Amino acid sequence: MINRRNLLATGLGLAAVAGLAAQSGRAQARGPRADYFPNVTLTTHEGRRVRFYDDLIAGRLVAINMMYAQCTNRCPPMTANLKEVHRMLGEHVNRDVFMYSITLQPHLDRPRDLAEYVREHDVPKGWHFLTGEPQDIEAIRLSLGFYSIDPVVDADRTQHTGMVRVGNEALDRWCTSPSLGKPRRIVEAIQSMAAKPLPLAA
Amino acid sequence: MNSARQQPPRRDDPRPVDTHRRTLMKAASGTALGAGLIGNAPPVRAKDPDPSPATNPWQVALPIQTPKSSVSSLSPLPAPYPVSGECGRSEHQAWGHYPPEAFYEVRVREGSHSFHPQLPTQKVRGYDGTFPGPLFHARYGNPFLVRFRNDLSPTMTGPGSPQISVHVHNLHQPSESDGFPGDYFGPTLAGPTLTAPGNFKDHHYPMCCAGITATNEYGDFREANGTMWFHDHRLDFTGANVYGGMAGFFLAFDDIDSGNENDTNPQALRLPSGAYDVPMMISDHRFTRRGQLVFDQFETDGLLGDKFAVNGKIQPFFRVARRKYRFRLLDASVSRFYDLVIRRGTTDQPFQYIANDGNLLGAPLSRTSVRIAPAERADIVIDFSQYPIGTELFLVNRLEQIDGRGPTGRLLNPGTQIMKIIVDRNAPTPDNSRVPATLRPQPTVNLSEVVRTREFRFDRENEVWTVNSQIFDVDVPAATVRMGTAEIWSLRNSSSGWSHPVHIHFEEGRILTRNGVAPPPHEAGRKDVYVLGPQETVRIFLRFRDYAGKYVMHCHNLTHEDHAMMARWDIVP
Repeated sequence: MINRRNLLATGLGLAAVAGLAAQSGRAQARGPRADYFPNVTLTTHEGRRVRFYDDLIAGRLVAINMMYAQCTNRCPPMTANLKEVHRMLGEHVNRDVFMYSITLQPHLDRPRDLAEYVREHDVPKGWHFLTGEPQDIEAIRLSLGFYSIDPVVDADRTQHTGMVRVGNEALDRWCTSPSLGKPRRIVEAIQSMAAKPLPLAA
Repeated sequence: MNSARQQPPRRDDPRPVDTHRRTLMKAASGTALGAGLIGNAPPVRAKDPDPSPATNPWQVALPIQTPKSSVSSLSPLPAPYPVSGECGRSEHQAWGHYPPEAFYEVRVREGSHSFHPQLPTQKVRGYDGTFPGPLFHARYGNPFLVRFRNDLSPTMTGPGSPQISVHVHNLHQPSESDGFPGDYFGPTLAGPTLTAPGNFKDHHYPMCCAGITATNEYGDFREANGTMWFHDHRLDFTGANVYGGMAGFFLAFDDIDSGNENDTNPQALRLPSGAYDVPMMISDHRFTRRGQLVFDQFETDGLLGDKFAVNGKIQPFFRVARRKYRFRLLDASVSRFYDLVIRRGTTDQPFQYIANDGNLLGAPLSRTSVRIAPAERADIVIDFSQYPIGTELFLVNRLEQIDGRGPTGRLLNPGTQIMKIIVDRNAPTPDNSRVPATLRPQPTVNLSEVVRTREFRFDRENEVWTVNSQIFDVDVPAATVRMGTAEIWSLRNSSSGWSHPVHIHFEEGRILTRNGVAPPPHEAGRKDVYVLGPQETVRIFLRFRDYAGKYVMHCHNLTHEDHAMMARWDIVP
């Protein structure tokens, strides 16, 4: 049986050796999940280096899913759904709500591949696609609860998670929403997380 | 409540590097692990969650509740349509025929609670700020109204949601008072199936059995429910909200199950009553090293605790008199199933199993064990007059469960002692209670009423639960049934390794077959939780009477429920 705690330990242990200097624009933050999420360095599809916890999670309301560029099955419709979420959130994106898509195939998906995916799918601005060292991505995947307890299913990329992890780190409130659910439902899950109401444009 | 199962890594972690190395090596199978890396490793998380701090058993008495009192009036006065300050719910559809005769107010708020004297008193979020919440005693024929006030801060932190939706499981109640998952509310936010936020929501309980007719305005007495509980049902957050304290008992009585063992009405069963009728809410919990309740928000299989509470106290003791008692056992755990025995020494003691899912059976069953899944109830009557004063007995869980997916099925010996029962006195008055050979007659299953058979297949695709391959949507009914009809619903669990206690709101159903054969006797009565083991199929006869609106069917493993293992269904006139 998969033991997430073991895997988490691995990811965190290995993460320490990545040795990438984070070019963080944000001050070091110590929110309620500072010790939970791996603070590993990732690269955005625009080539920017970021720390997972410090730069992407700390103090923020986030919606995170996992995908890979070569996925022809589930990822394109999930991306299309999340584009609709992005459209509905409008000006809240990148200000009140942060959207991240993390590759499940970091060894294949380099930043330029993700940039290509973003172009191909006409992904709007302010939504970050991320890659990194495989062990770091693995640690993130496990920390988000994006794994199956069944090792056969867990190893099967076609069965990769179809959930969006939605959370507000400042309030330490987390839930999931199915990526292929109605976009309005995902938006409502995001709104539920906000400390102040997030009104949507009509 | 603390939110992660893991403690934050401690900088002064005393474990030697070797320990880290072994953990890492073991975990790293298949990944490249370079030599010399370990020294750079930051403090690693424990490979398993820390066990809860040690607590000595039998330190605290089982809490016994008295029923909550009504209030003389509510301000503003409740009305069929939402009143000032109330959230935007639908009209109370049964108000005209069954205007409420009594009024209650429950404040959903933070309170402090002690699970055990060796653990710190801590914050819970519960009904009237207590865990369990207040005890309701309701009576068929006496409609009433409860104003549920949401006093939680919208910016509260940690697991759970500050918006709530209160469901009485499984009262025959109109949709707008059913606690539909999308009907969540708070002062600043309303769920998608409400029209406006609000400080409170009024629930109207007509207290009619199912099957209202012109000549029988309070329904068919054979459909009465007895042992129910009310708990939060907020979309995506039910597990955290219930685990955090939002659960209480809701008992209903009538002329048959009258709550009076000295009742002179010849119809009355005279089951043990009053102080001898004891609701027992069983729940498992986990605590941090510092003794704070833990809820893992990133766990998707299910949550198991390593501490067992009855009525909110870990491993309590209960002093009983030498006479009969009715125990109303409820599994209020997030994911754990129980197989319970009452053990003296090494011998499991006999008792009468009188009700499953809160519904009196046609006749009592003589048993020495009872199995309950999350949300399932079992009423048993045990006669302590057979034991000398000083006898100690134990409520024991024998069922093995090692992860959130469901029990393994293996019975453990000796199992886990949950509560100690001490026979400490003679009955102060003669015990006039009894368990008659017949309890409540069961309504007829008339298959000629069936207008349709539907199959619901519970599945897991890409780590997302589906029902008939559809993702749950609060706005979209997976089935629309006509009021006054009956249907057969076939529930199928297609997955291996997972157990699902499926709960269907509204009317109690009857299991026609379990895996093609007749159900065991304790499942032959009326039910609302249908346990589906791996690859199991259960066929159910269901009627849809009296009220219209939206309801749900869902897995009552609350972690599964919160990951959208749910389907909406509607009743239309």
